[in-house]
Amino acid sequence: MSGILNSSIGRKFAMALSALFLMVFLLQHFAINILSVFSENAFNEASHFMGTFWAVQFILQPILILGIIFHFTMGIILEIQNRKARKVSYAKNNGSANSSWMSRNMIWTGLIIEGFLVVHMANIWWHEMMVKYIDPQPVDATRYYEELVEHFQSPVIVGIYVVAFVFLALHLMHGFNSAFQSIGANNKYTKALKGISKVYSIGIPAGFVFIALYHHFAH
Amino acid sequence: MNLTLKIWRQKNANAKGKMVDYQISNVSPDMSFLEMLDVLNTELIEKGEEPVSFDHDCREGICGSCSLYINGEAHGPDRLVTTCQLHMRKFKDGDTIYIEPWRAKAFPVIKDLIVDRSAFDRVQHAGGFISVNTSGNTQDANAIPIEKANADKAFDAATCIGCGACVASCKNSSAMLFVSAKVSQFALLPQGQVEATDRVMNMVNQMDAEGFGNCTNTGACEVECPKGISLENIARMNREYLKASFKG
Ligand code: HEM
Ligand code: SF4
Ligand code: FES
Repeated sequence: MSGILNSSIGRKFAMALSALFLMVFLLQHFAINILSVFSENAFNEASHFMGTFWAVQFILQPILILGIIFHFTMGIILEIQNRKARKVSYAKNNGSANSSWMSRNMIWTGLIIEGFLVVHMANIWWHEMMVKYIDPQPVDATRYYEELVEHFQSPVIVGIYVVAFVFLALHLMHGFNSAFQSIGANNKYTKALKGISKVYSIGIPAGFVFIALYHHFAH
Repeated sequence: MNLTLKIWRQKNANAKGKMVDYQISNVSPDMSFLEMLDVLNTELIEKGEEPVSFDHDCREGICGSCSLYINGEAHGPDRLVTTCQLHMRKFKDGDTIYIEPWRAKAFPVIKDLIVDRSAFDRVQHAGGFISVNTSGNTQDANAIPIEKANADKAFDAATCIGCGACVASCKNSSAMLFVSAKVSQFALLPQGQVEATDRVMNMVNQMDAEGFGNCTNTGACEVECPKGISLENIARMNREYLKASFKG
């Protein structure tokens, strides 16, 4: 077990675990956001629960933050290591002949997502922290829907949102299957998994974009 | 066919190399790629110039000696062939062809297009074997029944010729396809079980020590591998490695 995070396969495995965790989180985040399209009440209830239940606030949320920090820190470390593994580059390299654009540009799609996360945290998460802990306001279990609608009125925010989710889709189009391969799952289910991967990696980001556009134009 | 060749020339391991242009005419589409280089070298020798050094041996796709990064792909544009099996009919009259050595920190250039692939030997020495007592009372290997599916997969893994095209093609210069083939050919057979834990740990540690990069599953290696070694082997090696790490 010792030094597993120093070995190539150990790092690959840890990268995949953090990615799988992020993908589960993303699904859960989507499930709550999409409620806002159907029912103001349901969205408020779900948001209030997530925002106040202690296990979410003090266990899952810190794990999520550490998970994201681990994922992108390890992503950058591996990228630097991998670049060092080839000192002289090819005069001519035909990468598209044998691999997808997505697979070759994980670091760039990842960094763009990271940029979005910073904006997103500053806008929404920081606001939550202010309201709840730093400058406590009277508890209002119905504020979430209004805040969401207001958030999506800005064309700039919606624009950033759309761009970020396009890059998230590109990141996941390689990442989804890659994560399973990394944890050693390559078997008779791999083909079916590729189908699920397409649905997830395009469907979920498209869903987030739909929610943003819906609230932008519906109110 | 008349062709323009852009070839990496480098005097020795320490020299600074560069791409040099050569014109070659009357190339027959039936020639193999290496024969075309033989013709070029004959012309260079006649002109009193230094011929281009490149690796080759069997010229029938089984030894793993030949290499060359041709027009941006290991072993050239054809699939499931080594450079010695690549034919000039894959190119057109007037083409410009880039010919470069494998590029990886773990495969330093020795001269022109020849690289030092002894890193692979060291990985192999670290665990790519089984220890069998051959003192006269060995059991006939065929006496141990092996499931057909596993025997086939082990054999497929064993067809790896150690050419290094996987490393050369990988954007991370990762050697995982090679190492995973060598791990898999034993991991799938009962004879390989005795040393399974040490084998995968030692081979992966050696692979890392040689300075190969980290796999990000782009799949470039599988596409460019002349023997069609499957990514399934890398997943198997990951499993074997994780199993071994948790054991001890
Ligand atoms: C919610 C956000 C994110 C999700 C769901 C996600 C998902 C994934 C997945 C599934 C993989 C494949 C893991 C594997 O191959 O084992 C991956 C790899 C990677 N991610 Fe992310 N990621 C996210 C954010 C980021 C961010 C912010 C960065 C910032 C740099 C990043 C950088 C990378 C890199 C460099 C890789 C390549 C490593 C590899 O392929 O092994 N990701 N990501
Ligand atoms: S896995 Fe394929 S490309 Fe890599 S060394 Fe073996 S035969 Fe060559
Ligand atoms: S020379 Fe032996 S494989 Fe090409």
